[in-house]
Amino acid sequence: MAQLSDDVLALPGDALREGVVSALRDALGEGLIDSLIKPNDDIWVRVTAEAWQQAGLVLRDVVGCDYFGFLSAIDWMPSPFGRSEDDPSAPPAERDMSIKQGYTGGETRMQVFARVGSIGKHFGVTIKADVPDAAPMIDTWIPVYAGANWHERECHEMFGIGFHGHPDLRNMYLPTDFEGHPMRKDFPLLARLVKPWPGIVDVEPLPGGDDEEEVAE
Amino acid sequence: MTDIADRQKLSYIAAQAADARLNVELETEGMTLNIGPQHPATHGTLRIIVRLDGEQVIWAEPSAGYMHRGYEKLTEVRTFPQVTALVNRIDWLGSFANEVPFILAAEKLMDIEAPPRAQWIRTILFELSRIANVSLFLGDLGVQLGAITPVFMAFRDREYVLNLIESATGGRFHPNFDRIGGLKDDLPEGWLTETKQVMKKLRNFCDEIENLLFGNEIFQSRLRGIGVIPADVAKQYGLSGANLRASGVDWDLRRDQKLPLAYDEIDFKVWTHPDGDSFARCWIRLQETREATKIVDQLIDGIPSGPVMAKVPRIIKVPEGEAWVSTENPLGEMGYYVVSKGDLGPFRVKIRSASFNNISIVPWVLRGVYVPDIISILASLYFILGDIDR
Repeated sequence: MAQLSDDVLALPGDALREGVVSALRDALGEGLIDSLIKPNDDIWVRVTAEAWQQAGLVLRDVVGCDYFGFLSAIDWMPSPFGRSEDDPSAPPAERDMSIKQGYTGGETRMQVFARVGSIGKHFGVTIKADVPDAAPMIDTWIPVYAGANWHERECHEMFGIGFHGHPDLRNMYLPTDFEGHPMRKDFPLLARLVKPWPGIVDVEPLPGGDDEEEVAE
Repeated sequence: MTDIADRQKLSYIAAQAADARLNVELETEGMTLNIGPQHPATHGTLRIIVRLDGEQVIWAEPSAGYMHRGYEKLTEVRTFPQVTALVNRIDWLGSFANEVPFILAAEKLMDIEAPPRAQWIRTILFELSRIANVSLFLGDLGVQLGAITPVFMAFRDREYVLNLIESATGGRFHPNFDRIGGLKDDLPEGWLTETKQVMKKLRNFCDEIENLLFGNEIFQSRLRGIGVIPADVAKQYGLSGANLRASGVDWDLRRDQKLPLAYDEIDFKVWTHPDGDSFARCWIRLQETREATKIVDQLIDGIPSGPVMAKVPRIIKVPEGEAWVSTENPLGEMGYYVVSKGDLGPFRVKIRSASFNNISIVPWVLRGVYVPDIISILASLYFILGDIDR
């Protein structure tokens, strides 16, 4: 694969980011679904689950992202428990449970996302991929970045996402026979089940003013 | 002194030899050795299971998770200002430094910036946490290699820094001082003068440690050429901070990115070392502590006056969006990926802590080393358990 040309890499800030995204688009074609460049900030791209590993290779070899930041997942479903501050004696609260994804959109509840960067050129890319709801599986990134190993293990036990080709998806934190995936939104915060949020009785109205009021100097 | 390429070759050959030994018929009987979870070299409760052949490690597996507190889940039921009290406890030796990237991420989403004086005070306290954190490392390093004296010196001098942090923030270990839009308070009177004096003491401490430890022949022979990590492997595993710079990678987030902190206004040197061995990692940290005292001195000289808090709403709602901010913390790159849905609290916070990546290289780096080197390699990689388990 041809590397990003030096002319592009010499560009400042946002022009470089444009170059990175177009290089990804050229290499991945249909695999790249959406991209977002926030001026003077960052790059977000979303790829298909099939193109996930390929996108990693392109980022590493073509774009020059040699540094592995992290890999994790987001559960976009709003928590059915709200902020775990419900009064257990009151009737269950009505909540808007519609799923709304963040930057670069998405179609599934679960998304895997990772952050890689270029050490020499000082830019980073946040890359996301939809994980099918029915069978939450995606390719491993270990052949791309060896450091993804532990991140994928953590992601597997916390979100229940499987990684094709990962040699060892043992739990890192939880007991082996633990059931459920704690970071999923439908997994309750157990501390609040044992003892309901004490704030529901303690809370007092703030003296004066509403949300819009600003702090006096 | 052997050349770096030779050392890498030697460690590669050692790893290959360990592999080969598994496969020959005359295989010696292996032994599984369990180190930790309670071991002085584990800075908390990291357990490492190693498979030995004679005195050589053929396989190693760290087993973290004895201190997992689930902060990522807990942040989802906290409001934005409450999160700092949690993240303080991630790297407990440099707590203030944990608050800064989270607050910066929230400020980025709200599109506000702290006033200049708050940014400078943040930077001073950030560097003080680095000094408090790494000075303890320098003392502890001695203990792990069999020298007792340095740790007393480290605790003595770290106390001065902790006193400074306490008198400014009210908390020795968990300041919880950073607010969205600025800081809780201004600095107390006379604090800056006192800080300058303490920085002098800390520079003396660095000199003492350099003479006592780094010039010591035993110390050098325990660390030189041990646990070599080449630059490309370090980057693949996402090593950061001193561990990456010790492999010759010139990368420092204080210098290499634009953040509303005061690092642009001052001069400092980013130390690197070409060797990538345990000695290089320790040496970089020593130089960085000394550099941090100079950074603090410069910041004190240039600190602007003015308010320490921007105008922010009384009840903080962070607009919808996603932000990633990472800073060069004492242990390496510490970052927060914050997803907000316009609510009082974050929707999802991914905490990228430095030690998690720094320790994930352990199975790779321990292959082929000898038992006493396990301790010195772990010591030189320098991790805090709270920073691995979160």
